Amino acid sequence: MNMHAPPQRTVAETALVDAFGVRLSDLPGDGAVTVKRDAAIEQVKAGLPTRHVEAWHYTDLRRLLTLVPPHDTSSVTKPIKALLAETVVLPVLNGVAHGKAPVVEGVTLQRVSETLAEGSCARALGARDADDTIGAINSAFVTDGWFVDVAPGTAVAAAFELQNVLGAGQAHVRFPVRVGDGASVTIVERQSGAAAAFSTSVANLLIGRDATVRWLIVQDLPDTTALLSQFNAEIGEGSSLSLFLMNEGGKLVRQEVRVDASGQRSDFQLRGVNLLSGDTHTDVTMVLDHSAPNAGSRELIRNVVTGKARGVFQGRINVHQIAQKTDAKMACNTLLLSDDAEFSAKPELEIFADDVQCGHGATVTEINANHLFYLKARGVDDKSARGLLVKAFVAEAIEQLDDEAIVEALEARLEDWFATHG
Amino acid sequence: MLEIRNLHARIASTGTEIIRGLNLTVKAGEVAAIMGPNGSGKSTLSYVLAGRDDYEVTEGDILYDGQSILEMDPSERAAAGIFLAFQYPMEIPGVATMEFLKVALNAQRKARGEEPLKIPDFIKRVKDAAGSLEMDMAMLKRPLNVGFSGGEKKRAEILQMKLLQPKLCVLDETDSGLDIDALRIVADGVNALRGPDRAMIVITHYQRLLDHIVPDTVHVLYRGQVIKSGDKTLAHELEANGYAGIIEEAA
Ligand SMILES: Nc1ncnc2c1ncn2[C@@H]1O[C@H](COP(=O)(O)OP(=O)(O)O)[C@@H](O)[C@H]1O
Ligand SMILES: [Mg+2]
Repeated sequence: MNMHAPPQRTVAETALVDAFGVRLSDLPGDGAVTVKRDAAIEQVKAGLPTRHVEAWHYTDLRRLLTLVPPHDTSSVTKPIKALLAETVVLPVLNGVAHGKAPVVEGVTLQRVSETLAEGSCARALGARDADDTIGAINSAFVTDGWFVDVAPGTAVAAAFELQNVLGAGQAHVRFPVRVGDGASVTIVERQSGAAAAFSTSVANLLIGRDATVRWLIVQDLPDTTALLSQFNAEIGEGSSLSLFLMNEGGKLVRQEVRVDASGQRSDFQLRGVNLLSGDTHTDVTMVLDHSAPNAGSRELIRNVVTGKARGVFQGRINVHQIAQKTDAKMACNTLLLSDDAEFSAKPELEIFADDVQCGHGATVTEINANHLFYLKARGVDDKSARGLLVKAFVAEAIEQLDDEAIVEALEARLEDWFATHG
Repeated sequence: MLEIRNLHARIASTGTEIIRGLNLTVKAGEVAAIMGPNGSGKSTLSYVLAGRDDYEVTEGDILYDGQSILEMDPSERAAAGIFLAFQYPMEIPGVATMEFLKVALNAQRKARGEEPLKIPDFIKRVKDAAGSLEMDMAMLKRPLNVGFSGGEKKRAEILQMKLLQPKLCVLDETDSGLDIDALRIVADGVNALRGPDRAMIVITHYQRLLDHIVPDTVHVLYRGQVIKSGDKTLAHELEANGYAGIIEEAA
C-alpha cells in the first residue's frame, strides 16, 4: 500500500477537473494563455487547500467547497442597478462581458476575452504560489471581464462599476485596472447574483505615482453561492488607495486582499464591513507588504455576525527592512448577535524595519445591555433599538469614507440588510 | 396615576432584595419628592418603574392609570408615557443625538397611532426645546451624550423629556452635577412641564432642588421602603436634622 497516495478527490475537486476538460475548447486564449491555463489546472488537480495550509487555516476549502455546478451558458442575467448615481457600468453577465466598451475620455476599456485571445494578458495569469488557489482556478477558467486603463493625469469624474453578475453555473472573471501617474478614479466592484453558482473573480490594480484610487467592493450573493475573490494591488510612489469591502451574503466567500505598497509615501486604507447571517462562511484575508519607506496604512474591519454564520479576518502586515517610518494600524471589531455566531480574527505584524509605528487590535463584543435599555426607555422597540446600535457599530467604518454620495449609498444598503436580517 | 403596592424587587443576577415592600401613590398633577440616604434604593425604584430587566419584581404590583405595567417592556412603558431621566445618562457612541431624538419621538408617536413628524417640524421642536434649556444645537450633532459634561447630560435628559411630553416623569438626581445657574434652567424646564395631567417623581437627596421644584408631597425612602411621608416641610426638616431621627422613629 502506498502511504503517500493523494486522498481521493472530493466532489468539488472532481467537478473542477472535469469542467476543465469540458470547457477547454471554449476558453479564449492564444498559445501563451493556454500554457498558463494548463499549468494552473495542474495546481488545481493537486487538490484544494485544507486547514493544514496556514493561509487557509480558518477556511478549509477542501471541506467547505461543495458548490461547483457545471457551466450553464444558457442562464440569463441582467446588469444590476449601479451603487452610485454617476456611473459607467461595465457588466460581466454569467462570465461574459456585456455590451460595447463605452467611450470615456482618457480611459481605454477593453474586454478581457479580447486580451486573452490576443495573449496580451498571458503574463498576468497563473498562481502566485502554491497557496494561491484562487489565482489557479481563475487562471484555468477565466473567460472575460473588463480591462480599464486610465491614462496619466486623467481625473475620471464618473465612477466605473465592474459587475460580476452570476447566473446559474460558473463564472470566472478578471478585472485588470491600470491607473497612470497623477490620475484619479473611483471603481465599484459588484459581486451579485440570484441563483446557486460558483465564481472566481480576480482584480489586478496597478497604480502609478501620485495617483488616487478609491475602490469599493460590494458583495450581496445569495446564500447558495460560493465566491473565491481576489484583489491585488500595487501602489506607486505618493499614491493613495482607499479600499472598501462590504460582504452581505454568499454561502462561502473568501475575499483575499493583497497589497504591495511599493512606492514611497504611499497610503493604503482598508475598511471592511462584514454582515454575516444564516449558515454561511466568510473569510477576508489580507496580506499587505510595506516595501518602501515613509508609507502609511490603516485597516478597520467591523463585523456583525448573526445566526450560525462564521467569519474570519486574517490580516498580515509585512514591514520590510527598507520600509523605515512605516505607520501601520489595523483593527478588527466584531459584534456577535447570536450564540451560534462565530468570528476568528488573526492580525499579524511581521516587522523587519526598526523605525516604525505599527499596531493592531481585535475585539469581540455583544450588544451593550445598558445602551439597549437606554434606547428602549425612550420608546424605541427592541428590534429598532438593536438595529440602531448595530448600525452605529458598523457606520463608523462607512462614515470614514468621507464622501457623501458613497456614504449614503452604503448606509442605504445597511438599512436594507437590517430590514431583512435584523 | 401611579400606585405602587407592597413592591418587592431584587437584583436578577444575585437575588439580593433592594425594594422591600414599598408603597407609594402619586396622583395626576402631583409632584412627589423621594428623598433618602445613598444606597436606600431610589435609583433601583426608578429602574423598576422603567422596566429594566436587571431587576426582578417578586411581589406586589405597579399600577399606572389603573393597569399593571409589570408585563410591559421598557419601550411599551415609554410609549405609554413613563419617562425616566437617568441619574447617569449613558454615552452611546455612533448614534447621532438628532437621529436618536427623531427615532424615539416617532417610535412613541407610532405606538400611539400618530403620524411621524415632518422633518422641519421636528427640527423646530428640538430648536425650541434646546433654546429654552440654553443648549447649543451643535452639541446635538454629536453622538448621544458622548463627551457631554455631567451638566450637559442632565440638560439633554430634560430636553428629551420636553420633546416626548410624558405623563409620568421620574427624575433621578437631576440636580447632581449641575451648578446653580444650570440648576435654575433645568428646574424652570421641569416646572414648565407641570400640569394637571402630568405627575412627577423627583428623586434627590438634597433640599436644594426642591427650592426650585416645589413638591406637593415628600417621601423618605430607606432600605427599600417608604418610611415617612409628608408635605414640603418634611424636606426642610430633613435638611435641618438629617435622616437619623426619622430612621430611628421608623425602627
Ligand atoms: N445592578 C446592581 N448590582 C448590584 N448592586 C446593586 C445593583 N443595583 C443596585 N444595587 C445596590 O442596591 C442598593 C441600592 O442602590 P440604588 O438604588 O442605586 O440606591 P440610591 O439610588 O438610593 O443611592 C445599593 O446597595 C446598590 O449597591
Ligand atoms: Mg441613585
